Amino acid sequence: MAGQELEVQKKKELASQQEKTIPARFYMPSTDIFETGDALKVVMEVPGVPKDALDVKIENDVLSVEARIETANYNGLEPVYTEYSVGHFARSFTLPEQVDQHNITAQLEDGVLTLTLNKRPETKPRRIAIQ
Amino acid sequence: MPYSDPFETLMQLQEALDSFRSSAWLSTSTSGGGAFPPLNVFRKKDDIVIVAEAPGLKKDELEIQVKGRTIQIAGVKTVNYGDRVSLHRRERTSGRFSRSLDLPVEIDADKVKAEYRDGMLAIFLQRAEHDKPRSIKIA
Repeated sequence: MAGQELEVQKKKELASQQEKTIPARFYMPSTDIFETGDALKVVMEVPGVPKDALDVKIENDVLSVEARIETANYNGLEPVYTEYSVGHFARSFTLPEQVDQHNITAQLEDGVLTLTLNKRPETKPRRIAIQ
Repeated sequence: MPYSDPFETLMQLQEALDSFRSSAWLSTSTSGGGAFPPLNVFRKKDDIVIVAEAPGLKKDELEIQVKGRTIQIAGVKTVNYGDRVSLHRRERTSGRFSRSLDLPVEIDADKVKAEYRDGMLAIFLQRAEHDKPRSIKIA
């Protein structure tokens, strides 16, 4: 396999409209968004973030996620070869109207954050029975 | 600790990591296939720590093999959307990956430890005793 071009995933740096007040760089978590019958699911990759360092907020129809990594883990380590940089993660999305903002659940497992944005009952598709 | 501001610490860490980006330490000896999660290699005294960002892996499908100076890491990442969904945005990658690294030092294969926590894979490698540098006393 030597000589083959190695494909390493690239991390995207956050290019947000709101600037952060701390000098360090933030990264944009890779995100999948998909829709099921009664919810919108947002799945984000935030490796290295423990549960208590995760902030999910809703303000003015904007859902924002901020996830902070633990820098203490790197104490005493001296880099010799690097392919990625580390940093906190941040990303925000404008919520569509059909989302019930009071009915959102979040789950973090192995560095993957899953947000379930339940739809308002009145916007769910309904099947009309034919009499 | 020379710095106490946690934000400052992160910035220093980022700068330190940037300055070793694709350093010659592993030269051309890394090869692999698939969308491999990026990895960083650190030194901790005589030992080596390999850290990879690998969210959403299954622990029991990760395979790490060490022989002499070569370490091979393989695994599979699955992304499951479930049935009957419509995709709006798709950025996460999935699939099988494998990669081998040729380290510039010899590794004690019996003392390799690996940890998978919060989506981060860390492999702790100890330098083989017979490969360690010895200091010579001058008589």
